Amino acid sequence: MRLARVIGLFWWTSLLAELEYRLNFVLAALSALGHLVGNWFALSLFYRNGSTLGGWSFPQALLVMGIFTLLQGLIRTLLTPNLTRLVEHVRTGTLDFVLLKPMDSQLWLSTRRFSPWGLPDVLFGLGVVLYAIDVQGLWRIGLLVAVAPLLCSLAILYSLWFTLASISIWYVKVYNVTEVLGNLIAAARYPIDALPQGIHRFVFTFVIPVGLLTTLPARILLGDHLNGTFGVSVLVAVCALLASRSFWRFALRYYTSASS
Amino acid sequence: MQHRILRKARVLFEVYLAQMVEYRAEIYLWAAAGVLPLILLGVWAKAAESGSFPLSRVEFIRYFIVAFLVRQFTFIWVIWEFEELVSSGRLSQQLLQPLHPIWRIIASHLTERVVRLPLVFGIVCLCFLAYPEALWVPRLVDVGLATLLLTFAFWARFMIQYMMSMLAFWSERATAIEELWFVVHLFLSGLMAPLDVMPDGVRAAAELTPFPYLVYYPTSLLLGHGAPLAKAAVVLGIWSLASWGLQRVLWRKGLRSYTAMGA
Repeated sequence: MRLARVIGLFWWTSLLAELEYRLNFVLAALSALGHLVGNWFALSLFYRNGSTLGGWSFPQALLVMGIFTLLQGLIRTLLTPNLTRLVEHVRTGTLDFVLLKPMDSQLWLSTRRFSPWGLPDVLFGLGVVLYAIDVQGLWRIGLLVAVAPLLCSLAILYSLWFTLASISIWYVKVYNVTEVLGNLIAAARYPIDALPQGIHRFVFTFVIPVGLLTTLPARILLGDHLNGTFGVSVLVAVCALLASRSFWRFALRYYTSASS
Repeated sequence: MQHRILRKARVLFEVYLAQMVEYRAEIYLWAAAGVLPLILLGVWAKAAESGSFPLSRVEFIRYFIVAFLVRQFTFIWVIWEFEELVSSGRLSQQLLQPLHPIWRIIASHLTERVVRLPLVFGIVCLCFLAYPEALWVPRLVDVGLATLLLTFAFWARFMIQYMMSMLAFWSERATAIEELWFVVHLFLSGLMAPLDVMPDGVRAAAELTPFPYLVYYPTSLLLGHGAPLAKAAVVLGIWSLASWGLQRVLWRKGLRSYTAMGA
């Protein structure tokens, strides 16, 4: 309960701070709109010439794209503002103050900031998902089940991101490691079946589980029964969270507190 | 006089080269962050097996490998650097020196390229190792012309972004405008898909913007498909000259409202 209040306060103060830059909200909304139009357009290019993405129809692929946009919005709102800050704390030595706080350091570092600039992406992503559901006449109460694999996706993404950001304890200037990750995730905008066998499938199955991130929630929305794959997703999410936790503890042992 | 300018340039270049070599790990990560064309390579190569596109599977693979390479030449970050200079107040120190701050930024961009390219060529070699059927030998003329176009594209993109970074004098988040600009860049430059597969209307509109000349046309040149060089020169010329002019005005106005906070 107290934790919820603290996080609520964190987010409220970040929101207030960010609202100083109201013009930014317009720019963020415009760039989210640009992404939406661009992604839709880029997707349609595959279908204009009579091809399909790994056997997925256009509305089905649109569903994947919507989920991707939604996840990207959540990343921009919850993950990147915090984890770029983590690297900054290590670089300047202010991580000391975080460690002294009577709150778990990983939790503090992961929830301290909240950026409203990703919210337009979240809204547009939801909009595309709902549109794709509507076009295909998929409305049913069971759709809500898809929230579970989405939460797993978020947990996997968070763990990947946090683990990479913790590497900064050893190599200070690595904030762009997360940039690499952010660019690799771009593969999740298409169904995993759109990727050819070989190196692409390998990287996006084992390094970044793109199939679990967006394809699985989309297929569950489409009504496929994938209890096995969903089980794998939960397992991966739990393991990833635990791994990020123990990696952070391990990394902290090497923290030498720069410039203090 | 000329001798002194050359000496300054040499010193700047050496200093920044040393700095860039020191931070090579970071630069390599930035180079790796440009991985998007290599992902799309897979998607388009697979799609080409089932549909009827203007490009064959091998041509798609070749296109995206070269696009990955070409893209690395026009990575520009002047707006982030300038925003940091202004919002931290470090610009003040640089204003006191008898050297315009832009020269340092230009030096850092040029030297970074020297450090970045060996890795990029390495990745390109790996790509051709993975897809040996896509290997081909570009004509020497095309390499020369593509280098010329890329140099011009680099300056145009640099100038446009530098003009936009003048906003940092009035806003602490000038980079937001570059993010918006980049969205259009992403979809119209040929990074997501070659212009050949786009509808004619979109393609015609894109050719009036500087974007296709940053990725699509240099790639097309290297592949031996040619490029409308005169048009490229006119479009890039107009955009960069207009940016340069606007930048002069904004720089003068901006300096007056610059409060050197934090310095």
